[in-house]
Amino acid sequence: MLAKRIIPCLDVRDGEVVKGVQFRNHEIIGAIEPLAERYAAAGADELVFYDITASSDARVVDKSWVERIARHIDIPFTVAGGISSIDQARELLAMGADKISINSPALRDPDLINTLVEEFGQQCIVIGIDSFYDAETERYLVYQFTGDESKSQRTRWQTAEWLQEVVNRGAGEIVLNCMNQDGVRKGYDIRQLQAMRALCPVPLIASGGAGCIEHFADVFQQAQVDGALAASVFHKNTVVIGELKQALSDSGIAIRPLEPGN
Amino acid sequence: MSVVIVDTSCANLSSVKFAIERLGVNPVISADASVIAAAERVILPGVGTAKAAMRNLQQLDLVTTLRQLQQPVLGICLGMQLLTESSEEGNVDCLGVIPTRTIAMQTTDPQQQGQPLLYPLPHMGWNTIEVNPANPLLKNLRDPAYCYFVHSFAVATDRYTLATTRYGNTSFASMIGHGNFFGAQFHPERSGKVGATILKNFMELTDADTRA
Repeated sequence: MLAKRIIPCLDVRDGEVVKGVQFRNHEIIGAIEPLAERYAAAGADELVFYDITASSDARVVDKSWVERIARHIDIPFTVAGGISSIDQARELLAMGADKISINSPALRDPDLINTLVEEFGQQCIVIGIDSFYDAETERYLVYQFTGDESKSQRTRWQTAEWLQEVVNRGAGEIVLNCMNQDGVRKGYDIRQLQAMRALCPVPLIASGGAGCIEHFADVFQQAQVDGALAASVFHKNTVVIGELKQALSDSGIAIRPLEPGN
Repeated sequence: MSVVIVDTSCANLSSVKFAIERLGVNPVISADASVIAAAERVILPGVGTAKAAMRNLQQLDLVTTLRQLQQPVLGICLGMQLLTESSEEGNVDCLGVIPTRTIAMQTTDPQQQGQPLLYPLPHMGWNTIEVNPANPLLKNLRDPAYCYFVHSFAVATDRYTLATTRYGNTSFASMIGHGNFFGAQFHPERSGKVGATILKNFMELTDADTRA
């Protein structure tokens, strides 16, 4: 049976892993490669490296570490951050990234999605969506440039519409980052994820809000997502991947067990 | 051991190269027919679409060379699908060295139109392969053997199936083989220790294993 994926996300800024609370006040967690290797050895099913400053500063992700990661780890990984052309995508994929994730550049130029899909195939094009629940209007709204608070802004899209747009353009996977929950560790936004799951025929990854093992069990059982992404709980050892996977497996959720020797 | 990774100018070449290097072997990436023909092992990687990949092989003038290889050949993901006779992805003729066909995966029940899709496509993530001890590439593996998959097209199970995998309400061939040609639908280069073991077994195949 296809296993639910546990995906540590390493937010990268200036070549170091950082983590902020609701996208602000970033603190340095550590160097990229040792963390990547540690998570792979601990049983992570996949890794995401997200250059949180790239889009908002009009820079591309510093790529030298991508090849080093590809050389050393034997699980799939995704690179995100400021990828806005076929050439940038080709370079990252050639260095060994399994998937590339596009967020703000896709909002600026939606044609980028289908162009990348046609060139590299659906399987390696992930679309990240930063979605904010506006309590006043009771709507889920798509934001962009969320890596920098001063440039973060809402777009004209409601989340459900944008999700369907990117799927129609061939996106192979969606990472839905629920901004209200990000970094506050009170659980994934089950209600929103349930709503988007019903609209999403491609794999859907939950992001934002994980604080304890039960939150992972809840999001898999209640929102039927394919994977759960988290950062701070793994960086701070609040949740240990081995224990998380054992607990999920005990709850009857399909999980890839740790490989012997890990 | 001389290993050539066929340069299909697709995206996952370096991942495959690094995985072979982790086994202590230095592979060569090449699109040169004489280099490929002379290698002890040939790996045919592939991501993208079958139509584009076959067009690339034709432009590189490698179709005949690949068809005539006698040494062990391993097709990975799309590379496996290229070993079959044809693919529904673009309705294209493939290399035809394993007499089976690649078809679109079907994970929705046609009777249940309009229902939420329980089994998203692409089939993406870690899934189990049924370990068949008779498959020389699956030596030293135990159940459950999880491998990493990313695909929307697949080969139906038949007599050339070496391993099966279940997704939703269907099963498909996650490994196939015929003579010296082998294929893995998953990515052994990204499948942890299970994948490394499969690649190591491929390196250690004997003549008896490829005569079957």
